[in-house]
Amino acid sequence: MGVLSWIRRHLLAFAALAVLALLLVPNVVVAVFSFNDPVGKFNYNWAKFSTDAWAHPCGSPGICESLGLSLRIGVTASLVATVLGTMVALALGRYQFRGRAATNLLIFVPMATPEVVMGSSLLTLFLMLGIPSGALAILIAHIMFCVSFVVVAVKARVATLDPRLEEAAADLGATPAQTFLRVTLPLAAPGIAAGALLAFSLSFDDYIITNFNASPSSITFPMFVWGAAQRGVPVQVNVIGTVVFLAALLFVIAGQVLSNRRQRAV
Amino acid sequence: MAEGAAVVGTGAPVRKPVRRGRWVPYALLAPGLLWLVVFFVVPMITLGSQSLQEGNIDDGYVFTGNVSIYADAVQRYWPHLVRSIGYAATATVLALVLGYPLAYFMAQKAGRWKNILLILVIAPFFTSFLIRTLAWRNILSDDGPVVAFAQSTGFTSLLQAVGLTSNDTLLASKFAVICGLTYNFLPFMILPLYASLERLDPRLVEAAGDLYASPREAFRRVTWPLSLPGVVAGTLLTFIPAAGDFINSRLLGNTETVMIGQVIDSQFLRVLDYPLAAALSFILLTMIVVLVAFYVRKAGTEELV
Amino acid sequence: MAATRTSGDLRLAGLTKEFDTFTAVHPMDLVIPEGSFFALLGPSGCGKTTTLRMVAGLEQPTAGRIHIGDTEITDTKAHQRNVNTVFQSYALFPHMNVLENVEFGLRRRGDKNATVKAKEALELVQLGEVAKKKPAQLSGGMQQRVALARAVVNRPDVLLLDEPLGALDLKLRRQMQIELKRIQQEVGLTFIHVTHDQEEAMTMADTIAVMNAGRIEQLGDPATLYEHPASTFVANFLGQSNLLKVTVTGPARNGEVPVTAYDTALTVAADHVPGDAKEVWLGVRPEKLRMGEHGGPNRLHGTVSDVSFTGVATQYLVRMPWGKELTVVQQNDGSGRARPGEDVTISWAAEHGFALDAAQAADAGVEEEG
Repeated sequence: MGVLSWIRRHLLAFAALAVLALLLVPNVVVAVFSFNDPVGKFNYNWAKFSTDAWAHPCGSPGICESLGLSLRIGVTASLVATVLGTMVALALGRYQFRGRAATNLLIFVPMATPEVVMGSSLLTLFLMLGIPSGALAILIAHIMFCVSFVVVAVKARVATLDPRLEEAAADLGATPAQTFLRVTLPLAAPGIAAGALLAFSLSFDDYIITNFNASPSSITFPMFVWGAAQRGVPVQVNVIGTVVFLAALLFVIAGQVLSNRRQRAV
Repeated sequence: MAEGAAVVGTGAPVRKPVRRGRWVPYALLAPGLLWLVVFFVVPMITLGSQSLQEGNIDDGYVFTGNVSIYADAVQRYWPHLVRSIGYAATATVLALVLGYPLAYFMAQKAGRWKNILLILVIAPFFTSFLIRTLAWRNILSDDGPVVAFAQSTGFTSLLQAVGLTSNDTLLASKFAVICGLTYNFLPFMILPLYASLERLDPRLVEAAGDLYASPREAFRRVTWPLSLPGVVAGTLLTFIPAAGDFINSRLLGNTETVMIGQVIDSQFLRVLDYPLAAALSFILLTMIVVLVAFYVRKAGTEELV
Repeated sequence: MAATRTSGDLRLAGLTKEFDTFTAVHPMDLVIPEGSFFALLGPSGCGKTTTLRMVAGLEQPTAGRIHIGDTEITDTKAHQRNVNTVFQSYALFPHMNVLENVEFGLRRRGDKNATVKAKEALELVQLGEVAKKKPAQLSGGMQQRVALARAVVNRPDVLLLDEPLGALDLKLRRQMQIELKRIQQEVGLTFIHVTHDQEEAMTMADTIAVMNAGRIEQLGDPATLYEHPASTFVANFLGQSNLLKVTVTGPARNGEVPVTAYDTALTVAADHVPGDAKEVWLGVRPEKLRMGEHGGPNRLHGTVSDVSFTGVATQYLVRMPWGKELTVVQQNDGSGRARPGEDVTISWAAEHGFALDAAQAADAGVEEEG
């Protein structure tokens, strides 16, 4: 009776933790199988423990080249998208202008369009313009679908800021440029960082749109994984997946700690 | 009591002063919007134009305005279209059922664990979508413990009986595809739900209890209606990408589970029938827009009742 | 899930609430008569809201029992109790209009006349014309009255008010106090009102329980609490008090006890002195002191150190030869005002003083919550 009622009272917590476990199980599996020494070329069943893949993360031909390309595209795309998106978000959050509704629609629609539609439509554009498939086409596509997410992240932050702070800066003699650099930008920084991180992870992870615009000489990491999935996935894929996961987790936790500390200091 | 006096009690809401710059906002908007117009809006037009062309990859395409391609596309691929919508809708409902308790727990009950749980929900994003989907091939592998357990409890037989699998394993089946879709888009469901449940004042639920509503009634009358904005946002963010996805159907399914995204992908990149592929893309987009518009209108009116 | 209708006095027996690190409510025994307007008064953190929440069923008591009449409701869930609350934040459902909010409780109990009764309740709080509006469209004062109507309409055995006027400005608060009292008399329900505002409690309640640190310090009608506080906490929390440390010098004569303070002989009414204490705090309210000698036989001499004019009255600080400052409040009745630096005599009658056990801190309850 006691046990039963205890379980009943904590039913919600159990359900929540079960769902959380479900979300995290694949990550754990990826990490565990990075230590596998599979029989044959498919890394689906546990064979025996090995740290070979960790010792030779580039041991599979092409894997580190594709990783390098994904990192380069991810960094460039997220930088450009963050600049473009932050500008749009500041305009939306801080100025009155005609065409606001149309702007909001143009920001929203790409997020509500299936990737396969965006990828294929870009392909038709590039075909007509004669832009060749490859890294440049991928980069253009990634910037396109990242901008909206940056706008949303930065706008959410800018909306919480008190516009009177900027008025106070102006009142204290700051020029518009000084106000922007010393007040607006530092206050919007957490939103900009969140937007940039989101943009990077979207770009780094994209397969569907990339696939429409890639050439055989521009294999990104997700494309490498996709190709490998047909032939047999090398264990190194799990190693890189695990490292990226842990690095990102560390990054987010560090950001959280930093913002907590800053909040406490204020 | 004098009405005038009652009004005195409310402080006037703080008006946000918005700066009026004549050219500054347009300068800020221009680069970003230009990018979206050139690489999102214009491609939609070229996509439409492509679908109305005839020809082949070697001799080039000529615009002929041949709309019969759409009838042809629907006739050949309606099962894939219906299947995509069906899988996406099922996965969306499952994600809602699974995501709601976790979002509610994080928003209302987790206290100081809230931020850690939030990080753990976002964390899977940081491992490639593809790698995580492949991990389900490990988890559901035919010789693995999950399948053994499902077989011993009769779960696989049950799935087979209702037609979700075709043999007594789990992979390469409708079941696996729908599970994969549910899993992959679950965070997109949880985050908007969390955002709207976090704004829910727990005292409203207490007030419902105080006014004779049982916990079930309090949920139905107060919690659920107040979380509807999150439900609508979460279901859209899950349904739309799921309907166009083909990674799950390709990696976890079989030839009977091919979704429309997979058809578009292979028509464009392997069969090289660009007009047909473009038409299918357009049909998918139209179906989603119509369904979403219908859904948003319905959810919007229900909220007011 | 119809709540059983009970009626009668609300009785708390040994009601206790312990949290992990502290005891919010020490074992409490209390009877609140049916139909009374009862106030639980105390500073924040004194346990008054916790007590209220236990009565509402929103908090599970650690020990003790709650009865309404002959029915025990200790283990009854909140939604099964015939008790309603007016929340401090009002907790109006934002997605329902005013009428739907007021009907909510009636509908949960399957009342066929919910709409009619809800409209009547809105008339009672003079809000009939806003029935179709959403709460967010109303002013704070109107929201407060909707919250009241939503609770009253259910005709609960006990209506709980958790600092219901705290969010309103001063003028509106005064109006609502009168309004609440009118409504209570009209509907005849038992009201339990939790507040930290002593003036609010004294204006509205028939009976006040002053709470401090999880215990009831004193229970009584407003006049008794004010005139005869039983502790320095009550003396300071309800209004202001001048407290002088005095020594009892002899037995009572003619109903008065002789005492001395810094070599000055004074007297206190015998029934205001606790037991046979030797050392006591002698308390006098500032408005009972008179500038000059016409206040009574008890006299002290000092120098005016501060004068502040407050409109209806003037407040003086008078410094005693031993350094302590006494507060004196005089009505502005046209008599002359003293100036700072002036030497004055202050006087009062024996029956205006009260004596408290000197073992207590003199400043208990001072300046808490203003």
